[in-house]
Amino acid sequence: MARFRFRQPSIVPGFGLTFGFTVFYLSLIVLIPIAGLFIKTFELDWASFQRIVTGPRFLAALRLSFGASLLAALFNVVVGVLIAWVLVRYRFFARKLLDAIIDLPFALPTAVAGIALTSLYVPSGWIGQLFSPYGITIAYTPVGIWIALVFIGLPFVVRTVQPVLEDFNREVEEAAATLGAPRRTTILRVVAPPLIPAVLTGFSLAFARAVGEYGSVIFIAGNIPRQTEILPLLIVFRLEEREYAAAAAIAAVMLSVSFLILLTINLIQVWSDRRFGNG
Amino acid sequence: MLFNRRTLVLTAALAAAAPFSASMPAFAQDTLNNVSYDPTRELYREYSEHFNKVWQAKTGRTVVVSNSHGGSGAQVRAVVEGLPADVVTFPLEGDILGIEAAGLIQPGWQSEFPAESSPYTSTIVFLVRAGNPKGIKDWNDLIKDGVEVITPNPKTSGGARYNYLAAWAYELERSGGDAQKAQDFVAELYRHVPVLDTGARGSTNTFVQNKVGDVLLAWENEALLSLKEFGAGEYEIIVPSLSVLAEVKVAVVDKNVDAKGTREIATAFLNELYTPEAQKIFARNFYRPLHPDQVDPAELANFKDVKLITVGEVFGGWAKAQPEHFGEGGIFDQIYSKD
Amino acid sequence: MADVSFDANIAAPAVQSSTDESAPVRIALIALTVFVLALFLVVPLVSIFVQALAMGIGPALSTFRDPEAISAILLTLLVAAIAVPCNLLFGIAAAWAIAKYRFPGRAFLVTLIDLPFSVSPVVAGLVYVLLLGPFTPIGAWLLEDYGVRIIFAVPGVVLATIFVTFPFIARELIPLMQDQGTGDEEAALSLGASGWQTFRHVTLPNVKWALLYGVLLCNARAMGEFGAVAVISGKLRGETVTMPLQIELYYQEFRALAQVSAFSMAAVLAGLALVTLAIKTWLEWRYADQLAATRAGH
Repeated sequence: MARFRFRQPSIVPGFGLTFGFTVFYLSLIVLIPIAGLFIKTFELDWASFQRIVTGPRFLAALRLSFGASLLAALFNVVVGVLIAWVLVRYRFFARKLLDAIIDLPFALPTAVAGIALTSLYVPSGWIGQLFSPYGITIAYTPVGIWIALVFIGLPFVVRTVQPVLEDFNREVEEAAATLGAPRRTTILRVVAPPLIPAVLTGFSLAFARAVGEYGSVIFIAGNIPRQTEILPLLIVFRLEEREYAAAAAIAAVMLSVSFLILLTINLIQVWSDRRFGNG
Repeated sequence: MLFNRRTLVLTAALAAAAPFSASMPAFAQDTLNNVSYDPTRELYREYSEHFNKVWQAKTGRTVVVSNSHGGSGAQVRAVVEGLPADVVTFPLEGDILGIEAAGLIQPGWQSEFPAESSPYTSTIVFLVRAGNPKGIKDWNDLIKDGVEVITPNPKTSGGARYNYLAAWAYELERSGGDAQKAQDFVAELYRHVPVLDTGARGSTNTFVQNKVGDVLLAWENEALLSLKEFGAGEYEIIVPSLSVLAEVKVAVVDKNVDAKGTREIATAFLNELYTPEAQKIFARNFYRPLHPDQVDPAELANFKDVKLITVGEVFGGWAKAQPEHFGEGGIFDQIYSKD
Repeated sequence: MADVSFDANIAAPAVQSSTDESAPVRIALIALTVFVLALFLVVPLVSIFVQALAMGIGPALSTFRDPEAISAILLTLLVAAIAVPCNLLFGIAAAWAIAKYRFPGRAFLVTLIDLPFSVSPVVAGLVYVLLLGPFTPIGAWLLEDYGVRIIFAVPGVVLATIFVTFPFIARELIPLMQDQGTGDEEAALSLGASGWQTFRHVTLPNVKWALLYGVLLCNARAMGEFGAVAVISGKLRGETVTMPLQIELYYQEFRALAQVSAFSMAAVLAGLALVTLAIKTWLEWRYADQLAATRAGH
């Protein structure tokens, strides 16, 4: 593959090979199949496409999927940063163990996670029975969906923030403290800014993963139309009716929204890279 | 160089995969893929063993039957998309009509096997918790205040469609043929449903394992199996005044068996379903046999007398009922688009 | 809170550095972390093991004598053994291209690499069915001319797994390599090392921990993928059923023993996850000095 003109000059070799292979493999595994999905969408005429994406059930599912994912990702940002902080900064009993199980949601099959969470949160389950005396049901409500999404998204924020915190130069904090800054100011002004790109990455990954999640959610969601019906389930319905174009249309809308969110966040990162000079 | 190495890896991988995907063939062995629906797991496990013996006695060859189970909607889709099924065994004629429409099964398959290709039947009953605390006797008790009903989603589950149609037929008869009343009744019924699982087995698990809901609308065989597995002290079966006859349909997937040369064994597999031994297996697994006279009378005692309507009589057949009630924008969708 | 910590700092300079929180805050934060992790991770994990052992150890172990279970385990190992090296190679190439050079569209490329994270697993399976199913031009050509079946066969399961685990290794490497810049490589090159030597002896040691971590995660996810594989596998028992699918099959079966089997196999996958995580932790501990040295350089 010829050397690309559009990159900035560098003496490090191998750009053609690695860039070429990256684009080739990316196209083969991801881009061509996804392009096929969009092409399938074009089999619909505009009126049917419009009918699909403006139907009350579609809109309700869209709100639920993106809303619950957003809330889960925000929660994960808060507890994720907290967990990363505690794991990096403090030494306590069973720290290594806790550190190790963070990745569990990555490794556990989603269907197993869904089954396990559902059996815990139904009114007769270990956790559900703590709430049912107060008339609070968790499984088969949007809260249950949120719990499943928190579960699958938790590692993303922790694992993106952790390495940055570990690399963080504590002398800077000490300098701030020496200069008389209260701890809160030090954290807000000195520690937080370099964490922002990592937090954003973690947020966007957790969010994007949650929007598309099926296996773990389907068991704990009630799947009642317009109340607890998630977007991927609508795709499954259309698939089973063998309405491939309609299924592809819903998938394409989901994908486009997720892609725009991811792209925005990655652009913010490139910008902050430039702004704070990194690499 | 990197490319070469990658090709090497891929080649090695495919070479490793090849013998695997051929399912480790022993000599003189046949394979058969039976694509079926959710609740028949136990049934076809037993029947496949039986068929293997029959086939071995007849031809001296062993047969490995791969049974694939799932929500009937997903299973039909998989066959249409190219899952190499030799035979299909589905709970609705509509399922097989979908495969026929895709050109995989020749029209007229209904007359290829006896009794319109329906070797066994089932129906829909209620499963309630021990002592029937909510006093459920019939369909109209399901819409009483505070009753929670568990049924799967008719969009993805064949059994759920029978549940829905049985409820509809009940109210239709009670109101003297008023379709609007029937629709209102069904709509009210679904307001009592807290969770719509995607398959019949999922709903049974929700009711039995997770202890959600007061009444499960279930396949008769699922209900009887629940009693057997979890003890009669935990649950009771309630037979409503009217229910629906579920005619299970079987067919050979013509295009696949012709391509694979498995027509003989596929036909034998389905023909064997009509023998007395197979009918006994059905009764043992709580399906209503086609020939009750060939079955141990003690096992028939499980099947209570109930007035059974057919989808053909009341709804004009599956080809009409499916789009009208369960298609996109159909009556089931309308029920949920009203506030 | 801030003032308290400042005072505490003065009161107990030997124990409390200026960059630590006060003891009550620290304990509260640790307690909160432990609580959240226990609630969201430990309890579900424990419940799996409890259900696996509901009938004692014997029935749980009997799962692994079922030929279907054995075939599912073998298939899962095979799929991971193909998917992980493919994505490893890609991850290194992509990280090199993206981290070591500046070119327009970098953010766009990174986003594309992230894309499989955001694609619903159901859709991931669907795109391959639409592209390679036996009734598509490519699928029909492969099947009729070469007898190769992709969808509802092992190659499809492998493809779907590669898709869903696609970003893991690249995602681990890109930020680290970006952070490390090109200084070391430039030094090596100016001293006369070849490109390959530079990669082998300079870059690789710098990123080996991230690489290993990426491989472990990629492997765990490859073994655990459910949604995409479910769409593409056709669930032919003993042929195209992976461990997660077999778990679901067991779970849906109506024998009490099958329930135990479902959770036993789930426990194996969960145990596998714990073992890989333990290996990672042990390596980090064992090679802590090296690790620190790698980081200190930057």
